Amino acid sequence: MSLRNVIAPFSAWARAFQKPFTVPQDSTHRPGAERYRGWHINDTEKCIGCGTCADICQNEAIDMVPVDEPTKGDSGLRPKVDYGRCCWCALCVDVCPSASLGMSSEYVWVDKDPDVFRYIPGVDKKDWDGDERGWRKDAGYDLIDHERVPMPMLEPEEERVKTWAEVVLGYNEEQARKEAARCVECGLCIAACPAHMHIPDYIAAIRDGDYERAVQQIYDNNPLPEMCGKVCTRRCEGVCAVGVNGDPLAIRWLKRFATEQFSDFDQVLSRDVPQIGAGRKVAVIGGGPGGLTAAFYLAVRGFQVTVFEALPQVGGATFFGIPKYRFPLPSLEKQVKLLTDRGVKILTNHKVEGDEFKRIQQEFDAVYIGTGLLKPSALRAPGEDLPGVMHAIDMLIDHHLGKKVDVGESVVVVGGGNVAIDAARISRRLGAEVTIAYRRRLVDMPADDEEIEDAQAEGVKLITQNIPLRVEQTPEGKLDFVWGPAEMVASEDGGRPRPKLIEGVENHLIVDRVIVAIGQKPDLTWLPDDVAEGVSNKWGYIDCDENGMTHVEGIFAGGDLVNDTADAISAIADGLKAVEGISRYLGVDAKVRRV
Amino acid sequence: MSLFEIENPGFDILEDPQDGPNPREVQLWFGPQHPGITGNMSVQVWLEGDTIKRGITHVGYLHRGFEKLMERRKYIQSFPIVCRMCVAEPDTTEYLLAASLEELSGLDAEVPEKAQWIRTLVMEMSRLQAQLMVFGGQAGTMGLGTAPNWTYTLRDFLLDSFEELTGGRVYHMYITYGGVRRDLPQGFALRLEKTLDAIEERLPYLDDLILDSEVFRTRARGVGVLPREWAEEIGITGPPLRAMGIARDTRRDFPYLKYPELDFKVCTATGSDIYARTLVRRMEIQESIGMIRQILQKMPHEGPYCAKLPNMLHWTIPAGYTYVRAEASRGEMGFVMVTDGSDKIRRVHLRGPSYTNAVTVLERMLPGTNIADLSALMVSLQTCPPEIER
Ligand SMILES: Cc1cc2nc3c(=O)[nH]c(=O)nc-3n(C[C@H](O)[C@H](O)[C@H](O)COP(=O)(O)OP(=O)(O)OC[C@H]3O[C@@H](n4cnc5c(N)ncnc54)[C@H](O)[C@@H]3O)c2cc1C
Ligand code: SF4
Ligand code: SF4
Repeated sequence: MSLRNVIAPFSAWARAFQKPFTVPQDSTHRPGAERYRGWHINDTEKCIGCGTCADICQNEAIDMVPVDEPTKGDSGLRPKVDYGRCCWCALCVDVCPSASLGMSSEYVWVDKDPDVFRYIPGVDKKDWDGDERGWRKDAGYDLIDHERVPMPMLEPEEERVKTWAEVVLGYNEEQARKEAARCVECGLCIAACPAHMHIPDYIAAIRDGDYERAVQQIYDNNPLPEMCGKVCTRRCEGVCAVGVNGDPLAIRWLKRFATEQFSDFDQVLSRDVPQIGAGRKVAVIGGGPGGLTAAFYLAVRGFQVTVFEALPQVGGATFFGIPKYRFPLPSLEKQVKLLTDRGVKILTNHKVEGDEFKRIQQEFDAVYIGTGLLKPSALRAPGEDLPGVMHAIDMLIDHHLGKKVDVGESVVVVGGGNVAIDAARISRRLGAEVTIAYRRRLVDMPADDEEIEDAQAEGVKLITQNIPLRVEQTPEGKLDFVWGPAEMVASEDGGRPRPKLIEGVENHLIVDRVIVAIGQKPDLTWLPDDVAEGVSNKWGYIDCDENGMTHVEGIFAGGDLVNDTADAISAIADGLKAVEGISRYLGVDAKVRRV
Repeated sequence: MSLFEIENPGFDILEDPQDGPNPREVQLWFGPQHPGITGNMSVQVWLEGDTIKRGITHVGYLHRGFEKLMERRKYIQSFPIVCRMCVAEPDTTEYLLAASLEELSGLDAEVPEKAQWIRTLVMEMSRLQAQLMVFGGQAGTMGLGTAPNWTYTLRDFLLDSFEELTGGRVYHMYITYGGVRRDLPQGFALRLEKTLDAIEERLPYLDDLILDSEVFRTRARGVGVLPREWAEEIGITGPPLRAMGIARDTRRDFPYLKYPELDFKVCTATGSDIYARTLVRRMEIQESIGMIRQILQKMPHEGPYCAKLPNMLHWTIPAGYTYVRAEASRGEMGFVMVTDGSDKIRRVHLRGPSYTNAVTVLERMLPGTNIADLSALMVSLQTCPPEIER
């Protein structure tokens, strides 16, 4: 035993005269660290109610509870955290696609009532709601992948105008499965899709490599999925949770990939559907997407369906409007084949007119009208009747019926929607220099962003904020498209800003052709007058009830004639509505699963 | 062969209770509710006087089935679980989970350089705070209450640094697939240096209180001596092994992270008793401080701290098998990891030093141990029930 070792421990006494390390809790509440993981906070304005936080929480500490009505891109649900379960891992924060969820630096909370430790951050007000400190999502770390797998395109861009080949090439298997793996399965897209397709389910099937399952899910409520997979307006992608801070899932391209895995859908889809419609006859007038949808889902249920189509090919605007470099004919034919396989009778080159309609009404138990919008809107500028001024819709129909369309060497396309873009890109392929003249700003253009980019890549020029003043013939036999610049002013009715002509300035564009693409209107002159009057409203469109039925009993309608979104998927949704409406009208249970 | 025949003569069996109770013998439950027990376990001992005649360890109080839970969760959801396998040193299991799945998925190739440095830093900080806890705690088992108060305070300084770096004090949930979850905060290195200085400054006082204390020396020397032969037979690792004079250390022998780029000593002592094990820990505290300083000097300041991750909700990993290991303060920890190509772990098994030390070694050591030394023996073996009951 050494004396030093006996004495050494007493050196501790020296500490008795120093400031203690310990602090009394009540007088010095130390704030948590800058990135402390304390009680949750949520910016409920930014939160979209996707529920990804609840999905990742391995403690199941999060419940999604309704706090508001659902709106576009927001489920109206908000996370409620149970602190009897939470382990403060902050995975919920790191996964949150909107970056709305965070954790405060506050960690002390004493209460006698255990139930208070379950609250909806941001909705149930807490002292720490405004805390700047605490764990937040960080730019360098993410649990979801915000980068879309790029779509292979026909290269080089300049060469595209020399061919009618499809521009978008489609994903290969590896690309599709990688893209599908980005999905967080929130389902916001289902609500945004007019047809409410089972999007997360078919994406999951693609991720699993089970393409049959994917196509079965897809065909559950869309009989033209390959068309939608190529040209859909993809309202779904606009609300995709992953897209809030990055690229939305390529939902459209994934659908396309799934359908392209099969050359024929007959084998993939079950025929085992209760034949509730047996013995009942339905006429579909107009073979556009809406009509074909109604026809297919009625036919698979045993209804006897006949489609009357004026043109030599069904498909409606997807046949006569949408260019083949976006939606090739074999793809349309493949989808139509399934319809005929399942018993849909299609009469092409058969325009229904006048008395025939009455005969159809008598012969069939119900009629669906889906004749679309074929009458072009007028430019309402002097000179619009001059030779060389043409309407996009007529030009597209002629082109798709194989007639020769002469666009000369230079074209101005007036308009900013998909029809304008299609007319412009077709004109480029027919060899013309093309300018699109649009009234509002680029951001206001109703055409799909990608379509606009593709058109520009193909050399289409774009001028915006201009008002057509008149079209004149030049001595050289060309057309002088005269336009004035416009400024954007707030609209009186609170709608989107509208263009107002700046007086006194005139610009000239000398071209061979002026193509007008400023919209189409309904044309019901083919209907007997009394019927036309019965079904249409004062603007010439058709109003329907929740069953898709018009004011005239037994007549149903849908598509561009009825809805105000005027795209293929809305027409398909109308067709689905009519299937349920018609079967209900004919006294059979409409609550069967589609297909 | 009879089922009751003793096949293995080396295997102790308890005396037949049919002989009737030994009137000189007292049966005692040490734990699970006893301040001297290391966590949620108990030791059932039979005493004669204050000498333990025989005894058995009981675990099961803390069983949460983590290994099984992880088979039912997506990879990312297993991440917050693993730290709970070892309360005292949660970062080792975080690293093992990340490293094993990174290896099987191929993500290891993408873990950024900086992340590897930060991981090494965290692993050493973690070892340091754990060693501080045991260093003082060891004295506490001998009634020297001041020492653990001090070392826990020093550990708390480090927990402040952990809180600043990871957002949590005890469960850090920081080392994860692809790297770490956040960058070093601005000025972190400077503040950590200060903490190290504060710890280092107080270590001599602790030496006075512990290693140089006559009470400690008398009670720790020659007590709890582990025979060298057990090392290989039982698979003893960490300070108990190095206190036998055997220089084995996973960080040097099976290099991982940035350890090959660090200058450090594998600390050993002789005697294989409680004192030797405490001495090894004391030296390792010094080494860790030095290593943390080197890391702060050497690590890159720029660059990403985590690889770009795929959607973690649907991450799948090809079928595979691996064993990864790391040196915790207690000894070698390892994960046996099996994946089957799905989005969940097929099987994971934690190999930790505590099972060896708290069950196998302790039970062998019990006969002949003085009941007053039991607590000290357990702490010197650094038995940690959460890590046994995963
Ligand atoms: C150029 C162009 C590009 C487009 N691009 C897209 C796009 O990219 N994405 C998208 O989602 N939508 C696009 N659309 C819109 C989409 O094609 C339409 O919204 C959709 O086709 C409307 O479907 P529908 O059921 O109303 O019938 P429609 O497609 O309008 O078809 C109506 C059919 O009825 C036939 N018909 C008319 N009268 C009679 C009669 N009396 N008897 C028999 N048959 C008759 C017509 O010949 C036609 O086939 C585009 C439209 C056009 C014109
Ligand atoms: S993950 Fe984010 S956006 Fe989605 S519900 Fe949770 S808090 Fe809201
Ligand atoms: S912090 Fe972790 S345990 Fe708590 S609610 Fe979020 S994910 Fe669940």
